[in-house]
Amino acid sequence: MNFELTEERQMLQDSLRRFLRDRYDVPTRNAILESESGMSSDIWNQLAELGVLGALFTEEDGGFGGKGFDIAVVFEELGRAGVVEPILETCILGGGLIAALGNETQNGLLESIIGGETRLALAHSEPRARYDLNRVETRCEGGKLNGHKTMSLGAPNADHIIISARESGAVDDKEGISLFLVPVSDLELRSTPMMGGGMAADIWLENVVVTEEMRLGPVGSALPYLETVYAAAITANCAQTLGAMETATRLTTEYLQTRKQFGRPIGTFQALAHRLADMFVELEQARSAVIGVAGYLEADPKLRDKHASMAKNLMGRIGRLIGEESIQMHGGIAMTQEYELAHIAKRIIMADHLFGDVDYHLERFIAMSAA
Amino acid sequence: MDLSYTDEERAFQAEVRTFLAEKLPKAMSEKVRLGSGLTKEDLEEWHSILNARGWLAQNWPSEFGGAEWDAVQRHIFEEEASLANAPRIVPFGLAMLAPVLQKFGSKEQCDRWLPRILDGSDWWCQGYSEPGAGSDLASLKTRAVREGDHYIVNGQKTWTTLGQYANMIFCLVRTNTEVKNQEGISFLLIDMDTPGIEVRPIILLDGTHEVNEVWFTDVKVPVENLVGEEDKGWTYAKYLLTHERANIAGVGSSNAGLEAVKRMAKAEMSGGKPLSENPHFAARVAQVEIDLMAMSLSNLRIISKAAKGGAPGLEASMLKISGTVIRQEINDLARRAAGMYALPFASEAVEGSNQPELGPEHSRPVAEQYFNNRKISIFGGSNEVQREIIAKTTLGRMQ
Ligand SMILES: Cc1cc2nc3c(=O)[nH]c(=O)nc-3n(C[C@H](O)[C@H](O)[C@H](O)COP(=O)(O)OP(=O)(O)OC[C@H]3O[C@@H](n4cnc5c(N)ncnc54)[C@H](O)[C@@H]3O)c2cc1C
Repeated sequence: MNFELTEERQMLQDSLRRFLRDRYDVPTRNAILESESGMSSDIWNQLAELGVLGALFTEEDGGFGGKGFDIAVVFEELGRAGVVEPILETCILGGGLIAALGNETQNGLLESIIGGETRLALAHSEPRARYDLNRVETRCEGGKLNGHKTMSLGAPNADHIIISARESGAVDDKEGISLFLVPVSDLELRSTPMMGGGMAADIWLENVVVTEEMRLGPVGSALPYLETVYAAAITANCAQTLGAMETATRLTTEYLQTRKQFGRPIGTFQALAHRLADMFVELEQARSAVIGVAGYLEADPKLRDKHASMAKNLMGRIGRLIGEESIQMHGGIAMTQEYELAHIAKRIIMADHLFGDVDYHLERFIAMSAA
Repeated sequence: MDLSYTDEERAFQAEVRTFLAEKLPKAMSEKVRLGSGLTKEDLEEWHSILNARGWLAQNWPSEFGGAEWDAVQRHIFEEEASLANAPRIVPFGLAMLAPVLQKFGSKEQCDRWLPRILDGSDWWCQGYSEPGAGSDLASLKTRAVREGDHYIVNGQKTWTTLGQYANMIFCLVRTNTEVKNQEGISFLLIDMDTPGIEVRPIILLDGTHEVNEVWFTDVKVPVENLVGEEDKGWTYAKYLLTHERANIAGVGSSNAGLEAVKRMAKAEMSGGKPLSENPHFAARVAQVEIDLMAMSLSNLRIISKAAKGGAPGLEASMLKISGTVIRQEINDLARRAAGMYALPFASEAVEGSNQPELGPEHSRPVAEQYFNNRKISIFGGSNEVQREIIAKTTLGRMQ
C-alpha cells in the first residue's frame, strides 16, 4: 500500500494550487459569479494551457492522466478555490462519453476539448427521474427526438450536447437508451444560474432531427457507459467538495483565532473549539472517502459503485455538518455574499444535489451491500 | 391538566380564521407561499389591514390603542396567520420599540411616536449590533456626545434589517466611556434623514438585500430623543430583548413549513413513486414532526405560564434553541425534497436571472430559504449564547 501521490500528480497539484491562488482570488470569482455567462473563458484557456484538462484524459485519448487519482487531485484543487467553470461537465461527463464511445470523427473532438477550444455537456436528467439513471422518457423515433431534458449542467456554455433518448423499452428499462451528440445550435435552451455557481439549462425536444452521424455508441446500450461516467463524476464531485471543506475549515480556524468578543478570541470558548475539532475529525473521514472512490474507479463496476455510493453519502453528511457549522461559528459575517465562505458553503451543500444525494446513495449502498 | 383551548379561545380562533379568509389579499398570501420577496408596500398594506381591525398592536395596552391580547391569543393568531400564509408583522416598531417607550419613555414620546407606528407613518429599524459588537453587544462603540440641546453621534451600526425601508432607527450609543461597558450606554431615537447618516446595503448569501450598514458622521440628534435616562440604556435594551424573544419558538412558521414539505413530497417522484412513499424520506419527515409536536406543547406550556403572569426566563432560551433547530431541519428537508431543482438560483444580484426559473414552482425558494434561515440560530442571541445562559443558570443552582 502507498498513500503518496506520484511525483507527476504532486507537481500538477502544486502548479494548479499556485495558479488558482494567484488568478482565481475572491474578487475574481465573485465577478465571474455575477457575470452573464457565469464562467470565464480566460480562466478556461489558461487551465487548458496548464494541462489541467489534459490531466483528465488518458494517454490513448490524447491526455496524460485520466485515472481516478488524477481526477481527485485536479478537483480537490478546483474545489479548494471554489472554481465554477464547467470542467466536470466538459471533461468528465462529455469527454468521458466521447472517449468511451466516439467514432473516429467524434474522437476528433477530444483534442479540441483538451486544448480548451470545445466545451461539452450531457443532457440526461429528466423531471420525473430524480437521480435514477435508467429512467428515460425522452424518445428517439424515426430519427426525431421528443422529450424534456432538465438541469443539463454546463449546457449554456457548451458547443455540443450529448442527449440520451430511449429507442426501445419501458421508461425504466436498463436496455434501450441511446446517446446522440448534437450541436447546440440545433437546440433551444432555457438557462439558469445555480446556487453554487455555474449554469444549467432545460431543453425541450420537439421533433429534433438526429442523423446517424450524431449517434454516439451502439443502439440502445448506453446505460453502463453512463454509469461509468457518473462514477467518475461522483469522484470529481466528492474531491471538489473535499477541497471546499478544507477551505471552509481553514477560514473557520482563522476566524476563531482572530475574531474577538468579550475581550478574547472566540476560539477560546470551548463550545466553539470542540466543534472545530469535530470538523477536523470529519474532514479526515471525507479525505478517506475520496481516496476510496478514486482508488476503485478503475475496478469492476460493483466494487466501483459501492465505493462511489459510500463516498457520496458520506460527503453529503459531512458536507452538511461542515457547511452549517462553519457558518454558525462565524456568526453574521458568513451570511454575506461577499465573504469568501458564503460561496464555499453553498458549493458544499449544493454538491449533494448532483449525481444522487445522501438518501439516494444510502439506498443504492443498501442494495449493493445486501446483494 | 387540559390540553384543549377554552371556549373563548376557540371562539377567538374562529374569529381569526374568518378575518384571514376575508381580509388577507390572495396575491399577498401567494407570494408568501411561493417564498417570493414581499415589497415594502406589501408589508405596509398588511399592517394597515390589521390596524383597521385593531389587531396590529397585539401586545400593547389598550390605552395606547393596542389589542391587549394575552400570550395564548397571540399564539393562536400567529399559528393561524402562518397556516394562511400571511406576511409576518414587522416587529421593530410594534414589538420592540413600543414596549420600551410604554415602560420607560416620557408621555410626550409615547404620544408622539406610538400613533405613527400604528398608522405606518414611521418605519423603525434596530440599531444595536456593530462590526465589533455582536454577541458582546455591551462593547458597542458608537459614540454620542452631548452638545447643548443635541447629541452628536459618530460610529457604525451593522446588520440593520430592512434599514433601507426605514425612516427611523432606535440605537444603542455610548454616552460614557469612564464606566463599565453596560453602564455607559444610552437609548436614542434617530431620524434617518438627518445629515451625516449613510445606509449601505449588505447582500446576503441567498442574494437578498435584507440587511444594511448604517454609518453616522457628526449626526445631530435632539436631546428629547433620548429614551429614559442617560447611561441607563442597557436596562431598556435588555427589556426589549425579552420582547424580541416572545414567539421565539416559531411554531406557526415550522408548522407551515412542514406542511409545505409534505405537499412537495407528494408531488415529487422517487423511483417511480411519490417521494412521500420513500421510507427514508418519510422517516426524516416523521422525525421532525415528532420533534415539532413536542416543541408545540413546550411552547404552549410556557405560554400559558406567561399568560398567568410568570416570566419566561430560561424557557425562552430553550425555545429559541429547539425552535430554530427544528425550523432549520424543515428547511433542510425542503431542499432535499426538491432534488436537483434546488440548484437554480434566482438572485437580483445575478445578471440575466430575471427569466422564469426551471423546475416546479414549489422548488423555487427552497435552497434560498435554507441558506437564509441559517440566520435564525445566529441573531436574537445566538444559540451558543442561549446555551451559555442555560448552563450558567443551571450549574449555578447546583453550586
Ligand atoms: C440576517 C441578520 C439580521 C440581523 N438583524 C439585526 C438588526 O436588525 N439589528 C441589529 O442590531 N442586529 C441584527 N443582527 C445582528 C445579530 O444580532 C448578530 O449577528 C448576533 O448578535 C451575533 O453577532 P455576530 O454576528 O457579530 O457574531 P459573533 O458575536 O462574533 O459570534 C461568532 C460566533 O461566536 C459565538 N460566540 C460568541 N460569544 C460566545 C460565547 N461567549 N460562548 C460561545 N460562543 C460564543 C457565536 O455564537 C457565533 O457562533 C442581524 C444578523 C443577521 C445575520
